[in-house]
Amino acid sequence: MFVRLVFESFRRQKRRKLLACAAIALGVSVATAMIAVATGVGDKISRELRTYGANLVVTPQEDTLDLQIGGVNLKPPTDGAYLKESDLPNIKSMFWANNIVGFAPMLPVNITLPNAGAVTLVGTYFSKTLSFGKQNFVTGVRATDPWWKVNGAWPADDSGDVLLGESLAAKLGRTTGDQIEINGTEHRVAGILSTGSTEDDQIVAPLPLAQQILGRGDVVRRVYVSAVTKPEDAFARSDPKTLSPDVYDRWYCSPYPQSIAYQLQQAIPNSHAEQIRQISQTEGTILSRIEGLMLLVTLAALLASALAVSASMATAIFERRGEIGLMKALGAGKTSVAAIFFVEATLLAILGGTAGFAGGALLAGRIGKLVFNSQIGISPVLFPIVLMIAVLVTFAGSAVAIRRAMKLDPVYALRETT
Amino acid sequence: MNAHTKKRQMLTRMLLRSIVRGRGRTLAALLAITVAAAAATAMLNLFVDVQAKLHTEFRNYGANVIIVAKDGESLPTNALSKVESTIGGRGLAVPFAYVVARTASGRAVVVAGTDFFAVQKLDHWWSVSAWPEGAQQALLGARAAQSLGVSGQPFSLSFQGKTIQLFPAGTLQTGASEDSRIYISLSDFEKWTGVETSTIEAAVPGSPAEIDAGIRKLTQALPSADVRPIRQIMAGEANVLGKTRSTMLYSAILIIATAALCLLATLIGWVYDRRRDFAIMKALGASSTMVNSFFAGEATLLGIAGATVGFAFGIGAAIWIGHASFHTAVIPRFGVFPVVLLGSVLVSLASALLPILLLQQVQPATILRGE
Repeated sequence: MFVRLVFESFRRQKRRKLLACAAIALGVSVATAMIAVATGVGDKISRELRTYGANLVVTPQEDTLDLQIGGVNLKPPTDGAYLKESDLPNIKSMFWANNIVGFAPMLPVNITLPNAGAVTLVGTYFSKTLSFGKQNFVTGVRATDPWWKVNGAWPADDSGDVLLGESLAAKLGRTTGDQIEINGTEHRVAGILSTGSTEDDQIVAPLPLAQQILGRGDVVRRVYVSAVTKPEDAFARSDPKTLSPDVYDRWYCSPYPQSIAYQLQQAIPNSHAEQIRQISQTEGTILSRIEGLMLLVTLAALLASALAVSASMATAIFERRGEIGLMKALGAGKTSVAAIFFVEATLLAILGGTAGFAGGALLAGRIGKLVFNSQIGISPVLFPIVLMIAVLVTFAGSAVAIRRAMKLDPVYALRETT
Repeated sequence: MNAHTKKRQMLTRMLLRSIVRGRGRTLAALLAITVAAAAATAMLNLFVDVQAKLHTEFRNYGANVIIVAKDGESLPTNALSKVESTIGGRGLAVPFAYVVARTASGRAVVVAGTDFFAVQKLDHWWSVSAWPEGAQQALLGARAAQSLGVSGQPFSLSFQGKTIQLFPAGTLQTGASEDSRIYISLSDFEKWTGVETSTIEAAVPGSPAEIDAGIRKLTQALPSADVRPIRQIMAGEANVLGKTRSTMLYSAILIIATAALCLLATLIGWVYDRRRDFAIMKALGASSTMVNSFFAGEATLLGIAGATVGFAFGIGAAIWIGHASFHTAVIPRFGVFPVVLLGSVLVSLASALLPILLLQQVQPATILRGE
């Protein structure tokens, strides 16, 4: 009998059921989409923050003091230690290799130019293909310094072409395509580099050229690394040597700036790695702020959709107080009547919730595509949780309406006056 | 009293009666409108405000404009005060002067003179063990301290024959070129070396347009200087801020659209529930206009009431969210109110008139019989 009543209710009042289902689906899809966006935005913004450039730097352990003012290197060339260029592909062997967006080595050397006096020439990778084991990957300043603008073309990493900094080019009166004499050999200017920083007064060239001028092969002065990191907290600052094995594993397997720096030191022998605090610290702060904001917005959205779903359930049920009156008049007990409506509400919640979840996942994917050009996924684990919340909210909405309707005298309910 | 006034009186009385009599149902409908209006207000308020808040957060990256003397010239002595007056109260400007000095053992080191108070405010990421306070106190970069073997004892530096005795106050760690330098106060620096300020780093607040305007004003105020935006900072900010803004926008659209749709559904149900009232009015001879204006009037009143209360709650919610996220006051944007009001009234009207228009087709008797 009970089952028949529920079944008949669905069969006969399709339109009402569909409207109620639609309202639930709408509320659930907004809730799902917002949850997906809030949980995904942290990772996405983290990657976007990499446009600020390198947040870690690797230097030789035995390095001497930097002596530079405004990008002009005053250190004698024989001074200072070096890292081995051939050790660099080992970065791909790190645990957090996939978080490394790119790295670029730097080798500054001093040269003298006829019209400009002492000038610094920096050797680096532009878009160099390296191989580690079986994989090939491309890295260089185009990954670690995305704000560098080149008027002309980027030099090939195996060529002798160079980039002239803007201010330097103006001083020398050279432009793209000209030849420039460096230490007796002519090199082609592939493009004019504009960075808004010290490079505008320098020459940037492929690494082999700088090594040739220095007279040493297989060396770099330092390596700048751009990695996706997790904001630093008290645990991140622990000294790995003092941690017990389990805690050490936890620290090692979290992408803190400190643990990635530690792994860089392991990958490159005789090195010292640390965070570039200006970039690393600030992005941690900004990321926490944005994640916090999105979380609160999501909570507000969840609250709003819960209230909306309850409101539509309440009106839908109150509309049927005639039925409730009829059932009571025919002698049904309070629990039986309530049970029928609760079962209906549960079925509606399950149907609407499923449709809503699918819709929400699609919406989140769309938003991800539009804003970040990448998918924002939703973990399937959330499906039962979302469904349960949908059922609870539908219950709550129905409960209030059912109680009010039950309190009515059957006579008035049947007459559909209050 | 003519017939027209009597009609209006009747209409008003019916409206008031309907609201008073159907308290429960009206309250439910009012609640729905309030929630929708509150959600819309909170989202709109946040969206407008979050940009300003994030611009302030992004200033944690430090200076976004750098002022150096043009080749062969030097910065005028009043350059710093000119910069400060141009960028106004919310901006920060820090002067730097550099020389290469030698320690007692002949080692070369870069020494910089600056305003410690200003640097502390501009460069939040400087990890400093203790800031210098008195005269001739020095802040040592971590590498410099290690390399020169300075631990706590006073040491002397010489530049072009002039020496200065310095007391190490603390160490500085940044992971960048600052770690290789020794920092002293600008007055100590100028007394010792006589070298003037060569660089001013400035944090110009606001949106990219405001920053560009600031740069132009600075270029005019200091014709002998090269005023440049620090592109790394500006480009990064533009990118991340743009993406955050878009996410907020789509979230806002999503939430407001859902609120409006749910509201529509709820109110349509509510009005449809009152079809007996509608049928009775028609049966008693009310014209279509009379009936439509009655329901439209109800809807408008509800819309206005709900929008006002919802707006208040929405502002409250926005303030709470803004405070919890950014720890600073969120300005309530009262300009949002007309939009929310208009939206609420439109949705209420639509939800009132749609069912009524449908019901116009049906015979009152059919409705009264309950079919």
